[in-house]
Amino acid sequence: MAVIPLERKPLSFAERTYLPAIASGLKTTLKHLFAPNITMEYPEQRPAIPPGYRGVPTLVKDPHGREKCVSCQLCEFVCPPKAIRITPGEIPADAPERAHVEKGPQAFDIDMLRCIYCGLCQEVCPEEAIFLQNQYSMTGYTREEMVNHKDRLYELGGTLPDEHFKWDKKLDAEKHGNAH
Amino acid sequence: MIQPAKPADLVTVNIDGKDIAVPKGTNVIEAARLINVDIPHYCYHPKLTIVGNCRMCLIEMGMPAVDPATKAPIMDPATGKQKINWIPRPQIGCGTNVSSGLHIRTQSPMVKDCREGVMEFLLINHPLDCPICDQAGECKLQEQSTGYGRGYSRFVEQKNVKPKRTQLGPRVTLDDERCILCSRCIRFSKEIAKDDVLGFIDRGSYSTLTCYPGKTLANNYSLNTVDICPVGALTSTDFRFKMRVWFLKQTNSIDTESSVGANTVVWSREGAIYRITPRRNDDVNDTWMADSGRELFKSVKSADRLTAVKVNSADSALDIAINAATQLFKEGGAAVVGSGRSSVEEQFLTKKLADALKASVSLVSRVGEGDKLLVSADRNPNVRGALVTGLIKSLPSQKLTDLAAAIDAGKIKAVVSVGEDLAAAGLSAAQLAKISIVYLGTHANATSVAAKVVIPTQSVFEKNGTLVNQQFRIQKFARAVPAPAGATDDTVVLAKLAGVAATDIASVWKLIAAEVPALTTMSYANIPETGLLLDATPFAALPFVEGETLHYKPTAPVAATA
Repeated sequence: MAVIPLERKPLSFAERTYLPAIASGLKTTLKHLFAPNITMEYPEQRPAIPPGYRGVPTLVKDPHGREKCVSCQLCEFVCPPKAIRITPGEIPADAPERAHVEKGPQAFDIDMLRCIYCGLCQEVCPEEAIFLQNQYSMTGYTREEMVNHKDRLYELGGTLPDEHFKWDKKLDAEKHGNAH
Repeated sequence: MIQPAKPADLVTVNIDGKDIAVPKGTNVIEAARLINVDIPHYCYHPKLTIVGNCRMCLIEMGMPAVDPATKAPIMDPATGKQKINWIPRPQIGCGTNVSSGLHIRTQSPMVKDCREGVMEFLLINHPLDCPICDQAGECKLQEQSTGYGRGYSRFVEQKNVKPKRTQLGPRVTLDDERCILCSRCIRFSKEIAKDDVLGFIDRGSYSTLTCYPGKTLANNYSLNTVDICPVGALTSTDFRFKMRVWFLKQTNSIDTESSVGANTVVWSREGAIYRITPRRNDDVNDTWMADSGRELFKSVKSADRLTAVKVNSADSALDIAINAATQLFKEGGAAVVGSGRSSVEEQFLTKKLADALKASVSLVSRVGEGDKLLVSADRNPNVRGALVTGLIKSLPSQKLTDLAAAIDAGKIKAVVSVGEDLAAAGLSAAQLAKISIVYLGTHANATSVAAKVVIPTQSVFEKNGTLVNQQFRIQKFARAVPAPAGATDDTVVLAKLAGVAATDIASVWKLIAAEVPALTTMSYANIPETGLLLDATPFAALPFVEGETLHYKPTAPVAATA
């Protein structure tokens, strides 16, 4: 590799006094003294989360407060760090309103120590039951605390608006459809 | 079914421009399969009669043109070859047997249109509840609508509503909405299981699969209908909603419930077995297996599984237990009770152990009623293996009367039992108390309770090995799941007890090849997945208990079943 020797320019008299450098530093300080504040007093102050933010994955219920997940396990399959673990279960034939859905998760665990917030689970979900929402801070003292179980996932997820009501339509067809 | 054909029986057909010689009587689907051309189908099954009702296998076919008057070939001036007269309408591949000179197109625009049309009709009333359907992942309708379907639906009317969650029998649940009316299950029940209980009722789009009134699909082969159902209509009540199939690891295994040795696939995930399905072997079980064999895995995780090595009822370690057993043998008067459930390798090592101890060997026979299909009368899967390895010379009896007499006479002081419950085999509690028992087994029983040394071993799903079935076909099974902590491979325990230097199955097979005349050229690795037929002539005179089953006819006179 070629070495190019550079001659260091001697400092001028003004530079040797350091005064211009001090003045320019003070100028920057003074500018920020009067500029609007952009840092935040976290955790008392929290930022507004932009739409499309990928926070902690959560399970959501439909506007009637019913479980949407049917435990198809596609999120478990697609999850790159294998953070999701589902135990499928059968909805009993005598369950009111839900018997025709037949399948729902018995247990649904997301290990937040493994989760990489990629959002593939949300993308793959055929029932629109799993969403990465605004929650971004997960803390705990033990590994077990960092695993979100089904109850916690529904607590975090809450209810999101639904446009399809797929299973209501199915129940409707069963009652008034082409059955003979 | 394709029989091996003499060259004279071969006919040359042209599939998508490729000439291939196939046996006469082969249908177009099977002929195309030989050159890896997939002709999609639902109702056709190689082991069932052909009905041609799904219309998915439509193909275009034609014959070389000849002049009607002179029978001279008509040449096509454009190509210089004989002209092909294509039939203007599509034909079904399953119902068309090949003939010499037949030309088939499976990729033409007409065939593509036909497939798209058939798929569209099949999907009209299909509920598309793939997220909750257990068939998802192994569903022909999913695969073929992706491969050959139109990709979108033009159907705006309401879909049919049919019964869901119908219990057809103790093990089969039916979802009628998903049914595409291929009638495979009906044909299976009628032709193979000989229990004709299924049928369609109602007409047109209301057609519904159902059981004959007052009957249920309860025969011991009912779960085969689930296997052959191309969609998720027939589902196994046991496996229903347990696990998606794409998570499951498939391991080739052998059904150990009887000496038929049906080939199976064990489906497991993370050390837990979820289901067992048959594996095709045209010489043993075709594509079927009995329902009873599918439940064998449930004992793997049962509560009475032995997991702790015990010496005099105190927890111990394997090497200490081996030493304790060796001490017991030193007192003399040892006997070995081998097992017809052990693998060939274990029986070979049992023989080595018996030779080392100069002990007598007995086996316990288990006889049930054969069902003339895939459960034979001999419920030990590997009695033939004991004969081949020389562990026994004659067929075992059901009770250990000779051993009992020897114990009463005080000749026997120590007994090694390889997984056999001596109490169930006819020894009384007093006789068990008189002897020191070394028990190698998977589950707790009266013998393990009475034993001085208990060494937990592995079930058939947790180890590698081979079994010799009633046809003298040696077939191998592979380890599907890890054994519970504390359970040791039987071959390791037996090798240590016998003082044989063999640590894994390959080294055991080196010894077997050197010492067992019938198996000299073999190793575990070179036994094919469909098994290898051994020479049965040395044992032809023995009165085996099996009656006739699928692909098996007894050669010697059948002994009276107890």
